[in-house]
Amino acid sequence: MKYLGITLERPKIGVFSFTGCEGCQLQIANKEETLKDLFGVVEVVNFREISSEGRDDYEIAFVEGSITTESESARVKKIRKQAGTLVAIGACACLGGVNNLKSRFSLPDVVKEVYGTHPIDTGPVRKVKDVVRVDIELPGCPISKPEFEWLVRHLILGIEPQFLQYSVCVECKQRLNSCVFDMGMMCLGPITRAGCNAVCPRNRLGCWGCRGPAEEANFESLMEILRERGFSEEHIAERMNFFNAFGGIL
Amino acid sequence: MLFRTITKENFRKMVEALMENNEVIGPKWRDRDTEGNKIYRFLKLNTFDELQMDYTRSYSSPKNYFLPFKEDLSTYRLEDKDWEQEIHYTIHPRVIIGMRACDINALLKLDQVLVKSAYPNPHYVARRRNTLIIGLDHEPLEDCFCRSMNSDTAFHGFDLFLTDIGEKYFVAINSDTGYMIVNRFDAREVAEDDQRRYKEVKGRIETKFKTQVDVTIVPELMDLEFESDVWKKWGDKCLSCGSCAMVCPTCYCYGIEEHTNLTFTKATKRRVLYSCNLLDFATVAGGHNFRPEAHIRLKYRYYHQFRGFVEAFNQSLCVGCNRCGKACLAGISPKVVIDDLIETEKR
Repeated sequence: MKYLGITLERPKIGVFSFTGCEGCQLQIANKEETLKDLFGVVEVVNFREISSEGRDDYEIAFVEGSITTESESARVKKIRKQAGTLVAIGACACLGGVNNLKSRFSLPDVVKEVYGTHPIDTGPVRKVKDVVRVDIELPGCPISKPEFEWLVRHLILGIEPQFLQYSVCVECKQRLNSCVFDMGMMCLGPITRAGCNAVCPRNRLGCWGCRGPAEEANFESLMEILRERGFSEEHIAERMNFFNAFGGIL
Repeated sequence: MLFRTITKENFRKMVEALMENNEVIGPKWRDRDTEGNKIYRFLKLNTFDELQMDYTRSYSSPKNYFLPFKEDLSTYRLEDKDWEQEIHYTIHPRVIIGMRACDINALLKLDQVLVKSAYPNPHYVARRRNTLIIGLDHEPLEDCFCRSMNSDTAFHGFDLFLTDIGEKYFVAINSDTGYMIVNRFDAREVAEDDQRRYKEVKGRIETKFKTQVDVTIVPELMDLEFESDVWKKWGDKCLSCGSCAMVCPTCYCYGIEEHTNLTFTKATKRRVLYSCNLLDFATVAGGHNFRPEAHIRLKYRYYHQFRGFVEAFNQSLCVGCNRCGKACLAGISPKVVIDDLIETEKR
């Protein structure tokens, strides 16, 4: 594999799943039109969703899901030791994600509600970076396949990826969507990092912030706007906390 | 300028004929707002009936049909150490129906920079040349301040310009192509009655301008109030979301991105419309950001619109459509900002 006469290494990668729905892994595996090209430029050595064979000589680890058990904590630490580069992928790995709902209640109550008296290894929801050092975070619920491929190209070329700093509004306006605020809906697009191509507002659903905050997002101004528009504190808090993307704001 | 009239039935036939060989863009409605009003956008039309000639407000300008939000400037085929560049300026011929005078004036302003400057933009020129423009008069909306910006009428920059006079459209013709097309659909000489009705409609439009922005001293005001608290006041509210520049008919600032494909055999140089309100607009190589503060970025957007462009071209860049004001969740609009500046200056 060459780029402008320079030989490029074909990195060995592993994709690992922790607490989550495995939807981000599926994003990597399900885009058939570019799958062949992807597997041509990386060597997959560990990826349970596409192969039962697994080796531990990966150089780049893509880690999906939040860390919620002691065994997961130990496993992700082992992955960290092996991988030269560790990439957290998706809202669960980067933010805690929907799983974080659990953290709003006392742990014994949650365990009792879900598992009754069955013994279970479960703890508080942690982002991957709360457990091990993370080199890159690829946001989204689920991750965007084009953005994943964009990141892979950067990793192969050895260029630091520059994620979009601005908010979803830019992409939303570029798709000529109607602003969902005009249709009476709440939207976190103005404070959420772009890169999703405004897929939710495109489909007339306000943004829920799965990609986490845009750089230097103006939370205070949006809070004022939401209140002025008559959204209740409870409604705002529910939206802001959904992916645990805006912790500490409310 | 020549004038003719065309019946609405013949106008329909004309549009349908244009649809056969051109991409036809016009105001379409997509959604309704909370008050039940239709939300219109300039979009590709598949049938004549999708065209809303009675549209009120288009939330985004048709700028993107001349300056796409994302545009591949050139592509490269990479082979070993060598590469081959490919550039395409050709576009499928296009017709845009229903552009307002303000939007046509906006194109004339963009022409100053992108056609008439030392370095014309060939992609823009190609789109300009291959686009037939059919303008349309309207009664100003409550927040239109195009009259203050001297953009409420268009005398050139279009092929045809329509005014609804009841059963017919009164047609101003401004190009050979426009003349040939409209004549194929039984365009008639303007009768005395047509002219009387045209004047009535124009007279009614005259009385409907509600919003005024006093821009006479604005270029000077911008300098006098460079350190004004007004910038901080509105800058603190600014979400730095870039919506204003995206919907604006004249904001043309951009960035360049370079991408390869997944197999490193092709590359693309892409122009992306950007906004000076976005955080990293003035970030340079090495990471320094010349404008890290939202209120400074907001100020410079106004500077470009109301002062910088005046200095360069003797006219404001803003045409007074207030799409930015309508799109801004924080309520920032040229009207409120400039009124505030004038108020401060008086104190």
